[in-house]
Amino acid sequence: MKNHVYENRKFIIGGIALVIVLCYIVRLAFLQLSDGEYKSRADNNAFFNNIIFPSRGVIYDRNGELLVYNQPAYDIMVVMREVKNLDTLDFCNTLGITKKFFDERMETIKNTNKNPGYSSYTQQLFYAQIPAAEFSIFQEKLFRFHGFYVRERTIRRYATDHCAHILGDVAEVSQKEVDNDDYYDPGDYIGKQGVERSYEPELRGVKGVQILLRDARGRIQGHYRNGALDRKPVPGKSLTLSIDAKVQALGERLMEGKMGAIVAIEPKTGEILCMVSAPSYDPHRMEGKQRGTQMMEMQHDPMKPMLNRAIAGTYPPGSTFKTSQGLTFLQEGIITSSTSYPCSRGFRYGGMKVGCHGHGAPLPLIPAIATSCNGYFCWGLYHMLSNRKNYKNIQEALTTWKDYMVSMGFGYKLGVDLPGEARGMIPNAQFYDKAYKDSWNPLSVISIAIGQGEVTLTPLQIANLGATIANRGYYITPHIVKGVEGGHIADSLKEKHYTKVEKQYYEMIAEGMRKAVLGGTCRSANNSQYAVCGKTGTAQNRGKDHSAFMGFAPMENPKIAVAVYVENGGFGATYGVPIGALIMEQYINGKLSPASEAKAASFQSRHIDYGTRAR
Amino acid sequence: MKRTMEQETGSKGIFLSIDWITILLYVILIVWGWFSVCGACYDFNNPDLFSWETNSGKQIVWGGSSLVLAAVLMLIEKRFYDTAAYVIYGALMLLLMVTIVIAPDTKGSRSWLPITSSVKIQPAEFAKFAVALALGKLMDKYGFNIKKPKDIGIAIALIIFPMLLIIAQKETGSALVYFAFFLMLYREGMTGSLLFCGFACVVYFVVGMKFSQDYIANMPVSIGEFSVLMLAMIFTIGMVWTYCHNRFAVRLMAAVCFGATLLAMLFSLFVIPFDVCYVMLGACILMILYIIGLAIYTRLYKYALIALFAIVSCSLFYMSSTLFAHLADHQRTRIEVLLGMKDDPRGAGYNVNQAKIAIGSGGLTGKGFLNGTQTKLKYVPEQHTDFIFCTVGEEEGFVGSAGVLIVYLFFIWRLIIVAERQPDTMGRVYGYCVLCIFLFHLFINVGMVLGLTPVIGIPLPFFSYGGSSLWGFTLLLFIFLRMDAERNLKRQ
Repeated sequence: MKNHVYENRKFIIGGIALVIVLCYIVRLAFLQLSDGEYKSRADNNAFFNNIIFPSRGVIYDRNGELLVYNQPAYDIMVVMREVKNLDTLDFCNTLGITKKFFDERMETIKNTNKNPGYSSYTQQLFYAQIPAAEFSIFQEKLFRFHGFYVRERTIRRYATDHCAHILGDVAEVSQKEVDNDDYYDPGDYIGKQGVERSYEPELRGVKGVQILLRDARGRIQGHYRNGALDRKPVPGKSLTLSIDAKVQALGERLMEGKMGAIVAIEPKTGEILCMVSAPSYDPHRMEGKQRGTQMMEMQHDPMKPMLNRAIAGTYPPGSTFKTSQGLTFLQEGIITSSTSYPCSRGFRYGGMKVGCHGHGAPLPLIPAIATSCNGYFCWGLYHMLSNRKNYKNIQEALTTWKDYMVSMGFGYKLGVDLPGEARGMIPNAQFYDKAYKDSWNPLSVISIAIGQGEVTLTPLQIANLGATIANRGYYITPHIVKGVEGGHIADSLKEKHYTKVEKQYYEMIAEGMRKAVLGGTCRSANNSQYAVCGKTGTAQNRGKDHSAFMGFAPMENPKIAVAVYVENGGFGATYGVPIGALIMEQYINGKLSPASEAKAASFQSRHIDYGTRAR
Repeated sequence: MKRTMEQETGSKGIFLSIDWITILLYVILIVWGWFSVCGACYDFNNPDLFSWETNSGKQIVWGGSSLVLAAVLMLIEKRFYDTAAYVIYGALMLLLMVTIVIAPDTKGSRSWLPITSSVKIQPAEFAKFAVALALGKLMDKYGFNIKKPKDIGIAIALIIFPMLLIIAQKETGSALVYFAFFLMLYREGMTGSLLFCGFACVVYFVVGMKFSQDYIANMPVSIGEFSVLMLAMIFTIGMVWTYCHNRFAVRLMAAVCFGATLLAMLFSLFVIPFDVCYVMLGACILMILYIIGLAIYTRLYKYALIALFAIVSCSLFYMSSTLFAHLADHQRTRIEVLLGMKDDPRGAGYNVNQAKIAIGSGGLTGKGFLNGTQTKLKYVPEQHTDFIFCTVGEEEGFVGSAGVLIVYLFFIWRLIIVAERQPDTMGRVYGYCVLCIFLFHLFINVGMVLGLTPVIGIPLPFFSYGGSSLWGFTLLLFIFLRMDAERNLKRQ
């Protein structure tokens, strides 16, 4: 019995079905064919990238002595869901924590505001960096503490008590570092200072990753595509520093109780043999969990032990700078080897007076270096700046002078492979035009001839000056890393940088420095076994004079160039010369003679009172 | 001898008359469903898809036994159902009642009867065919007239009774499926205005709730309230126009209602902002009084019904707001999330949100069989049962999921054709019951996965994991196919 009256309603019912299916297909198209938003959200849900940390490269000195290594440390992890029947008292005693700490820590972990990635199914960090010794006790009892696990990490350990500034340290990345470099994730470690920072890419290696599948409860269910996309970690490369640990240790000993810096360079290669900044600190203070508090303490120390004065301290170079002046005047034809200038206890001209000590006068260049005559170099600069044959005006003369200084590595960063280098100050014509409102004359600036006034250098730049004279006219950018495992140091650290001065003039300056050791201001640097060349510096400043020394040895085929700078140490000969001499002896002979050892001990115990003024 | 011959040609005729197209679509859906269950139930500890330990292995058993069940059903003559329809109905109602009492509490519902320790059945899945049979039998009765209040009353009672029993089992979702039978009643001649009223109620509720907190311009007028009252006016006036053909009344009511509303809006906009809805409500009351007056004056009960509709329309918004305020928090949140008033991806919206991620991440061609991360890693709760469509969307992409929908569309269209060719009312009614149930399941299940319909826990036929639902749907379908196969036989 057909019901024909309402048969047409089959089209309505069929139409309803059609409309529903069409609506759903349109909706599907919106969801599936639009942007990749849902895809990335699904990936975020499902993929858990298990990072495998590579071991960080270790660090050796130039003789293969181990300076920095890694030590396993252990993080205690907890899976909340699995914690049951825990003997809390025993647990706390084993870890050496209080019940209160335990309760607070467990609360913090469960608080999803403080710990956004919390899941009661996955491992959460309970207690970080347990040293191996304490860990072994814990491990014995681990089977009793259900739900607790151990994760291995490494912490940086120092095999030396020295080199703190050079080595630097490692700590968790800051948010800024995470933002700037895709490589880092919060919680990673990064080099913060020293070579740990400047060689971070080499030392850190490359993180490995396992792409794991994580279910809705945070449990790991296996490898994505059976590990086809996983990457193995690449271990960090070890570094060999150019530092000689023994020389460095001696340098740090000698600088005890003083402020200042020692830098020694191998002139042929530009390798830094020692770089002491005083006061220093024990690198062990930066190990492990205590780093934060130790850093705070040192940052509030008025002596600023964290500051690497060897590269970041800028000082008036004093008389060590005279060598560069002699070179410039010779090259520019202002003086010849036989040009003599008068010095009547100083430079006197037009009411201007720069004092000097008693010595024979007038005198030519070589004795002027040997006796460190102020008058000679003031006259030299005066004649250069007043010379209107060679230079149109004083500005052009000073610009020429500045170019010479810059060619010797002053006024700009040398480019040492350590973070935090300062550039020092070499004034140019514009600087004086501004400072003196366009009315200045040679006398206004005369003190720059003797390394005073506006001129400042870093101890590294002073040492580099010594290396340049030792090389008779060129330097190689000083650097602290001699070799990277399985790699090369940058080519820029091998190039010879020639100054604007010819070799023949360097010979004269070297001879003057040799005379200074033999019969001038640096007599105490003399050594019977090799020919030492040196130049003292006594830099005036608001307090007591700074004591400086720059030298190299042996005179022919030099092995070492040294700069010593002792703040408020008085005459260059008081601290600078003897300390420099001991450094040279240690490096060239590999040891100190008994007499020198006694001298070293006495310098170690001579402390300078800096009062409590903030530096 | 002659009789045997007749029987043989009869059974041969039956075999030739079987609707193989429907069976082909059925097999396609079951096999396709099994692949989806594999993805949804993948167990990392037990990757063997055929093991009895895994759901995918069990689903093979359910599917195989369904085919056996189908074959058996093809052997049972239509005459049997014709005779036993009410008995079957009675028996299953009894079973539903017993279930309320003896079923153990499973996730808050008492609808699962344990057969053995691991096998459970859900009588609600099997009650549908009994209701369909009983309706077919009832409406096939000589002299049944759907326009007669008594006859339609019995039919509706047959539907409502199991619904109440299932609601008592706390399986509201399964109970709602019985609304599908109203679509069948519509096909059989039930007035369309009832369907329209149901549709209007849903529109009022959705619009009213969703925009109840939004305001028009800078006036204190709730968009929800305004829209509902506006719709009530339009629907009421439209009904007077359609059913009573009283042009004068239509013009008068339209002029008063829309005129008053417009004036109130202008006043509120330019003079003093006030709640225009009061004016609209007043206009509605005037309109209702006018219609009641017409009903009394003309003695046409149509006017009375329209007046009733208008009263319900106007009051529904206020009733539902009150009801809404009295709902339990989680129910209210669920409605708010569904209507898009609240974004709650961790709470009530979690399922739907994760389902959307799963489907959306499938892209055009999907991630491939067993490569869906969302589903394999169990991000979508209930993904092997109610949310199985996620797996299709994720692993087979737009191509696969649209394909499933199109196969379903063919399936339903085919059932319409088969139902329409039935020689008697019983076959046609039963057929429409079957196809309306499939349509309802498809509508609600896929809609909820796509975030378009409320989250009501009902399975997607042939796809969702589970023996009860698969057997239930097979039972429903193959009784109909057997009836259809007999269409060319004369009634004995």
